[in-house]
Amino acid sequence: MNFYGLVDGTEASLKKYMGSLSGVDQVGADARAAMLGTRSIKTTSKRWAIDTAISMVDLTTLEGADTPGKVKALCTKAVRPDPTDLSVPSVGAVCVYNDMVEIARTHLDLIGGKHVGVAAVSTAFPSGRASMAVKIQDTKDAIEAGASEIDMVIDRGAFLSGRYIEVFDEIVKIREVCGTKAHLKVIFETGELVTYDNVRKASFLAMAAGADFIKTSTGKVAPAATAPVVLVMLEAVRDFYAMTQVRIGVKPAGGIRNTKDAIKQLVLVNETAGPEWLKPSLFRIGASALLNDLLMQRMKMDDGYYASPQYVTID
Amino acid sequence: MSNRIDVKKTYKLFINGAFPRTESGRTYEVKNAKGVFIANPCLASRKDLKEAVVAARAAQPGWNKATAYNKGQILYRLAEMLEGRRAQFVEEIVTVTGVSKAKAEKEVTDSVDRLVWYAGWTDKIPSLSGALNPVAGPYYNFTIPESMGVIAAIAPETPSLLGLIDSIAPIIVGGNTVVVLASTKAPLSAMSFAEVIATSDVPAGVINILTGKKDEITPWMASHMDIDGLDISGLGAKKHVDVKTSGTENLKRIYSFKSADPGRILAFMENKTVWHPIGL
Repeated sequence: MNFYGLVDGTEASLKKYMGSLSGVDQVGADARAAMLGTRSIKTTSKRWAIDTAISMVDLTTLEGADTPGKVKALCTKAVRPDPTDLSVPSVGAVCVYNDMVEIARTHLDLIGGKHVGVAAVSTAFPSGRASMAVKIQDTKDAIEAGASEIDMVIDRGAFLSGRYIEVFDEIVKIREVCGTKAHLKVIFETGELVTYDNVRKASFLAMAAGADFIKTSTGKVAPAATAPVVLVMLEAVRDFYAMTQVRIGVKPAGGIRNTKDAIKQLVLVNETAGPEWLKPSLFRIGASALLNDLLMQRMKMDDGYYASPQYVTID
Repeated sequence: MSNRIDVKKTYKLFINGAFPRTESGRTYEVKNAKGVFIANPCLASRKDLKEAVVAARAAQPGWNKATAYNKGQILYRLAEMLEGRRAQFVEEIVTVTGVSKAKAEKEVTDSVDRLVWYAGWTDKIPSLSGALNPVAGPYYNFTIPESMGVIAAIAPETPSLLGLIDSIAPIIVGGNTVVVLASTKAPLSAMSFAEVIATSDVPAGVINILTGKKDEITPWMASHMDIDGLDISGLGAKKHVDVKTSGTENLKRIYSFKSADPGRILAFMENKTVWHPIGL
């Protein structure tokens, strides 16, 4: 592994790399994110934005109470979000716990959803508190069951204590397990990282270690994907592209519940990382309730009157 | 102290238990009968209506679940609060409509009494309108009136306070939540009544009040898929056909009423029939 030539895998080189990163202007990031949130979107762009956002959704169910039936229903919705309107695109992927991956993959294939990926939350999600052997086995299980995307969590305790090399090695090991079979998304749980500086550091650490995507949160901790945090991460992937010519994806997750929030995210992407990132292979939104609101807004644009939650599925 | 600056009241909307300004930033002028400027209330937009419906929808299950006794207590509390502020309401009615003080006082008294009257209906409607139906089998067969959901209402221009209460109270007695468009020419009592609501234990979102133009808001109310019923008592008869046409698309129940009667409560309730085995 050459880690894009940025580090050589030793603690000394990682320390040097992390030390070379610039800090984040917190007030500036807050203000910029707030300013971009006020952009008005015209009707034609809104229609495009809604469809794009739908195709970027990682339709998620991560509950202890999940059942095979619920996961199958979710898969059906993922392939055809609005059964009455075939012009609605499929979502990016479904995101489930490990033991549900096989059920999801089988059901998706059965109903003509081969193009919809299955993302598995791995490595002792959501806390990440397990031995490395367990985390590796957890990931292997998910890939064998058919997961094409692995959402791993980092050890926030190690990261906040400054033991970057532990976090780095962990990501590298999971990257090796994923190989070419699965995309690797690294979850930071930004709600626990305290500062934007940490978010930027975690982003560069994960990208150098081989992440395909960097993801804000598990959805189990609030605050989750706030606009400034996503902005900081988008700036990180932009800067990383300038350094390495490699585009890393970003996935905000948690707290994005309505169309307005989703469109604000798209504005952030366009204005920060650039339009190249405005596609499902480089930007995903982890959500569950969001999809219904996107569908209702879409109906409103088609029909000319406000839709009702009674006309979309209850998940 | 003649050098004290007037403290003028800002008349805002009442949505989800809060007093927001209209999202559109628009206002219109209210003048009294002689054409003298009185206030600048909000000119609500369709997005304000949308927000109000979202709030009403979220509040509906909770309000529906409240016991009849509790609903009655809260409605009675509204009457108590209104009684305590009658001077302000009398003054506002006199200022805007130019009626005599005696007439305004009668309207406020009637409004308080009307609220008490509706409060009494909360625990009586199910027993009086429900039924035990005779069936040929070993079952009890009940019919019970249940709430319909989110109901919108257009309050009449006059009387501005009593008409508003007749637009709100029967709807919420049945366990529905309401979005009401107040009198356009005399919206002051409606916005002051919102302050009464805010201090009366009415859960946020159960009653939402907008001020603005009927011609703007009514079509959006009629076509909104998430409004289950519409009370158009405050709308001119000529407009009824248009509203009913756009309301049929979404199977909305649309009614207009001339007076206060229990039928007004039942209009926005749906009958549920339950079969229950008697046992051997």
